[in-house]
Amino acid sequence: MTETPLLSVRNLVLGVVRRGRPSTIIVDDVTFDVAQGELFGIVGESGSGKSLTLRAIAGLLPGGVEIISGSVEYKGRNFTSMTSGERRALMGPEIAMIFQDPMTALNPVVRVGEQIAEGPRRHLGLSKKDAMDLAISMMAKTGIPDPIRRAKAYPHELSGGLRQRIMIAMALSCRPKILLCDEPTTALDVTLQHQVLGLLEEMCANFGTALIFVTHDLAVVNETCKKVAVMYAGRIVESGPVRSVLRDPRHPYTKGLLDSAPDFDHPDRMLKSIPGFPPNLANRSVGCSFAPRCEFAQPECVASSPQLEEVGPDRLSACFEKFTIFEGAHA
Amino acid sequence: MLRRMQFIPGRLIQTIPVVFGVTLVVFFLGHLLPGDPAIAILGEHATPARVAALREQLGLNLPLGVQYGQFLLHILQGNLGQSLTYQVPVASLVLQAVPVTLSLLLFALIISLAISIPLAGLAAAKPGGAWDYVARGYTLLGQGMPQFWVGIMLLLLLAVGLRVFPVGGYGITPLDHIYYLCLPALTMGIAMSPTIVRSLRSSTIDVLGSEYIATARSKGSSGTALFRQHVLRNAVIPTVSIIGVHLGYLVGGSIVIEKVFAIPGLGSLMLNAIFSRDFPTIQAVSLMVALFVVAVGILTDIIYTLLNPRINLSEGGEAV
Repeated sequence: MTETPLLSVRNLVLGVVRRGRPSTIIVDDVTFDVAQGELFGIVGESGSGKSLTLRAIAGLLPGGVEIISGSVEYKGRNFTSMTSGERRALMGPEIAMIFQDPMTALNPVVRVGEQIAEGPRRHLGLSKKDAMDLAISMMAKTGIPDPIRRAKAYPHELSGGLRQRIMIAMALSCRPKILLCDEPTTALDVTLQHQVLGLLEEMCANFGTALIFVTHDLAVVNETCKKVAVMYAGRIVESGPVRSVLRDPRHPYTKGLLDSAPDFDHPDRMLKSIPGFPPNLANRSVGCSFAPRCEFAQPECVASSPQLEEVGPDRLSACFEKFTIFEGAHA
Repeated sequence: MLRRMQFIPGRLIQTIPVVFGVTLVVFFLGHLLPGDPAIAILGEHATPARVAALREQLGLNLPLGVQYGQFLLHILQGNLGQSLTYQVPVASLVLQAVPVTLSLLLFALIISLAISIPLAGLAAAKPGGAWDYVARGYTLLGQGMPQFWVGIMLLLLLAVGLRVFPVGGYGITPLDHIYYLCLPALTMGIAMSPTIVRSLRSSTIDVLGSEYIATARSKGSSGTALFRQHVLRNAVIPTVSIIGVHLGYLVGGSIVIEKVFAIPGLGSLMLNAIFSRDFPTIQAVSLMVALFVVAVGILTDIIYTLLNPRINLSEGGEAV
């Protein structure tokens, strides 16, 4: 792709800052691009730094966590050099976010219609009535039955699935260019998950919105995204087109994730868990973070940390043994 | 909305036994004192003839049950008795004093909220920051200083020293009243605010850490708009019940403050009645204060329900 990417994350390092000095690095040297309308997934287990990366893009890092170095550029403009006012003006019309738990992500004392209308009123300069009309039409678009009545409801009066639809309606109400999704289906029933994913995909396609989708669920990424980055212990260990990464992993961690997930094409296959635990980020080793859990680990894996290198068309892997392990594994 | 307010009639019915109990206590207040109320009223050196006459006038010779029955009946008729000091119906004295005390309390509440909300908000925005220290210092000072002392200090500073406010009294026109109530209301407002600041600060910190505030921020909301639309409405909910409890307590505090500032409210009436052993007035004021506390309780429930749509105190409440 030669056109300038919509969003460009370059060598992003996030860390806990104590007394003005970085003490623990949580996200280390993360780099990726998202093009217009692209569906991009970030996969990893809890604590891999995937959600924090997303929050850094949204400017919603929790207290104490800061961008230590690197940059997040939107349409060529660097977030870190923007004023907070300029930054916030982007949130809504350019970048929007959907959170994991629709039970806690809606303000419990404000009617849902008003919560959807808030963004359009602020960013699109709509009158109270026009914004509410837009909110109701957005609710209708997300498939909420009887939106006029539901707009007057409080969040606790709606089911989880409806609430997540409200979140989607809210996030897309200003037609953002990028939608950040932080495990938006994790808190939902499996049957609802499928519906909500389908809706997200459809709405993003209609509005030409790019999607950055953070999840621990490989099946969800497979269903929703075109490109994927796999994160482990704060680093991207593998990235590439979803199809080829999932079919033909080039990093032992990705392979471990795939082996530990049930595969309905081969129901007889034994599930393999990855032994051990993710490393403590407070005392990182100099070597590959995955080495202590890796069945293919060599002495060099403990001595230094592998960089992301090209392993195929549009594919990157950070593993010293990437060619020896996976050579001919999948023809 | 209306459906969620259906608890009000039930709550009003519940207050009947409470009020009944209050009348019992108020009635026996006079009888619990050791010795003869008539002697207590007239003093120990009164002649037996005067004591007998007063006993007859007060109905003290009747059986206790009958006396209480008459007392209740009179209350229901709006007859709170005759003031022994002023020789006018107690009801008229009380009716003059109630609005004064109510305006004082309302004014004090407004002032304490005007102090507490910005202070708690600024403190919660950055826990451990400069404003947080200001808020903590303020609550410590506010709780450490006795109310009457604050009142006297304000008097000395603003009324005697700078001559900005009157030293005491209540004025004549409604505008006068507001002007005269400034200092006493400020005194009570300062007394109330530490508790409110504390409660509001901690609930604001909780709310600021919640996911829906992150959602609001992801919509580009920030600063005072975020605080007004999303933070305050949630953070104030636990504080409302604290204010409710506190208001009842404050009526007691208003007795001292009204005395310091010579405000002709229920407190002054009560204090004068106690000094002159004006039993019917004491009874009437006690009854009014008790009714006020009950009313504040119901009002707190109503405000609580209005602020928090998740609360449904009515029976058979259901989701939409």
